[in-house]
Amino acid sequence: MTEKQGLVGEFFINGDVACAEGAISAGCRFFAGYPITPATETAERMSLRLPQVDGVYIQMEDEIASMNAVLGASWAGVKAMTTTSGPGFSLMMENLGLGVMLETPCVLVNIQRAGPSTGLPTLAGQQDMMQARWGSHGSYEIIALSPSSPQEIFDLTITAFDLSEKYRVPVLVMSDEVVGHMSEKVVMRQVAPESLITRRRPEVEPEEYLPYGTDSSLIPPMAVAGEGYRFHVTGLTHDERGYPVMTAEAQDRLIRRLVDKIRLNKADIIRYKEIQVEDADVIVCAYGITTRIAQFAVKLARDKGIRAGLLQLITIWPFAEEHIRELSSQAKAFVVPEINYGQIVLEVERCAGDRARAILVPHMGGGVHSPEAILEAIQEAAR
Amino acid sequence: MTGTVNEEDASIAKYLRQDRMPHIWCSGCGIGPVLGCFLRAIDRAEIDPDKLAVISGIGCTGRVAGYVKLDSFHTTHGRAIPFATGLKLANPELKVVVFSGDGDLVAIGGNHLIHAARRNIDMTVICVNNFNYGMTGGQVGPTAPFEARTTTTPYGNFEFPFNLPYLTCASGASYVARWTVLHIRQLDTAIAEALTKPGFSFIEVIAPCPPVYGRMNKEPEGTDSLHYYQERSVVRNGADPKDADIDLNGPIVVGKFVDRQRPTLWDNLNQVVSKAKERATAKAKV
Repeated sequence: MTEKQGLVGEFFINGDVACAEGAISAGCRFFAGYPITPATETAERMSLRLPQVDGVYIQMEDEIASMNAVLGASWAGVKAMTTTSGPGFSLMMENLGLGVMLETPCVLVNIQRAGPSTGLPTLAGQQDMMQARWGSHGSYEIIALSPSSPQEIFDLTITAFDLSEKYRVPVLVMSDEVVGHMSEKVVMRQVAPESLITRRRPEVEPEEYLPYGTDSSLIPPMAVAGEGYRFHVTGLTHDERGYPVMTAEAQDRLIRRLVDKIRLNKADIIRYKEIQVEDADVIVCAYGITTRIAQFAVKLARDKGIRAGLLQLITIWPFAEEHIRELSSQAKAFVVPEINYGQIVLEVERCAGDRARAILVPHMGGGVHSPEAILEAIQEAAR
Repeated sequence: MTGTVNEEDASIAKYLRQDRMPHIWCSGCGIGPVLGCFLRAIDRAEIDPDKLAVISGIGCTGRVAGYVKLDSFHTTHGRAIPFATGLKLANPELKVVVFSGDGDLVAIGGNHLIHAARRNIDMTVICVNNFNYGMTGGQVGPTAPFEARTTTTPYGNFEFPFNLPYLTCASGASYVARWTVLHIRQLDTAIAEALTKPGFSFIEVIAPCPPVYGRMNKEPEGTDSLHYYQERSVVRNGADPKDADIDLNGPIVVGKFVDRQRPTLWDNLNQVVSKAKERATAKAKV
């Protein structure tokens, strides 16, 4: 599969299409998916674009198959992605865990809709945020990013591929229906192939290769199928050779490494943006589409003389706990608007401890907050 | 096989991870002989072992991936086929072989089986059918004959089983065969044929599971099952697979049922790429 470039220029497109184009620019050359509202346009775009750049698009029989096909493609050495929404995200959870266990770079995009169950297929939610963190069984760490615009989903899809290749972990792009379906200007920058991160490859002969042998980086070099390494990998707890070892000691070694390779690199992984946080008494902590309403609410609060600021969480997992801890000594309260009945607010609350309050502004899904709802919470927090 | 592999059988030994012996399979188990046939078939079919990947699901047969000295993937329950689909499509030079059991491939993974056959993806699926979930102690499976006894059908199986050759043939497979572990030579040939057959090839191998299914169905020793296969197997190459149902204590129709030419998924995908390129000479429309 060749290394052709993505599109370059300014385009007026929706978030779903921007996501697909970001993937192409990132060098993604395999997509497996299953139609689901409101993520379908990503798949449609990939079905058009991938054959143009010598990539493969395939519609699988369900989301379970899609997730597995993506893992298989990655083990053939190709950057691979799937996209879905709520019900499909649930179906992908078991094999997201296989991706974590085999340390398989890939990207999974969730254009969130409101649930539970079939819920509101065509309308927005941010209700899978905890599922993104804990949805597969077992103890693990994962990376999740949250874009607030078509431009951000383009950029963050590229970042997602970079992080997944670097840390050998599936990376989640947790978008939502509004970002997916809104059309805005997107600048597709020239992405030079050498600027992209690709997984470390083994530098030893096949006889000496240990599929899960690591150095201080905790991230093992990855061979791919067909190169003569003749490696074995398994979803069972395994040792450096990739062989199953059914002991608590092997489990301890493996799980610590899988978790620590993310936790110890949080500084590299965590991204956020701040607006007027320097002197803020009340900090609105938002992510995804909610950020944009929050930004307006912060402006309204400033107009009323309240020292409010905005913290946009771009990396959701691992959580920006140190930063929130720091801010909690400065601010008296965090206001957390989200399109669910309280998920990320729990993390903010944990990190703020008794130094600052965490006030949830919930929206049950099907739309976005009104700026007034967030403003009200800011005013209440400022009192 | 216990402890070490017979060193004289170098054609098999070179493809086994001998540092993983002894294996976990019980005495009298049918999986080992099927694995032997597969490993012999690699050279016979002149497959480059560096370009050969084995993908397994979960269960006793699912452990095959861990014993072969090839690129091998032990995936999740039922999902070996979609994993292999991604692997194959991302690198069409690979020969991909899915090696798993009846519960894995036909119950939890049944949807993937029929869709892989429908697509006619270049892939060989070897299904060791021992009529039950051996690893979890002998529960009823989707191929267990009607009225067979298992640990979850103490009064006899009250469901009808799948006829796997009929199912895979109807779904679109290019090659379909069934043999028992008694038919080692035929199985050697069948696997070699399947490995070189373009498109989706499926081989069902009827195999003993003495400690659980066998014990509960009057075949407590592996040799009891072999005697049964010897007495009741009927070789009918070219038979209509709809006539290959397996009934408790009935005959087992074996043979090569399907061997046909259909365009493979990759053939069809290549045509799409050509069309896309033609259209893309005009710039990508946003």
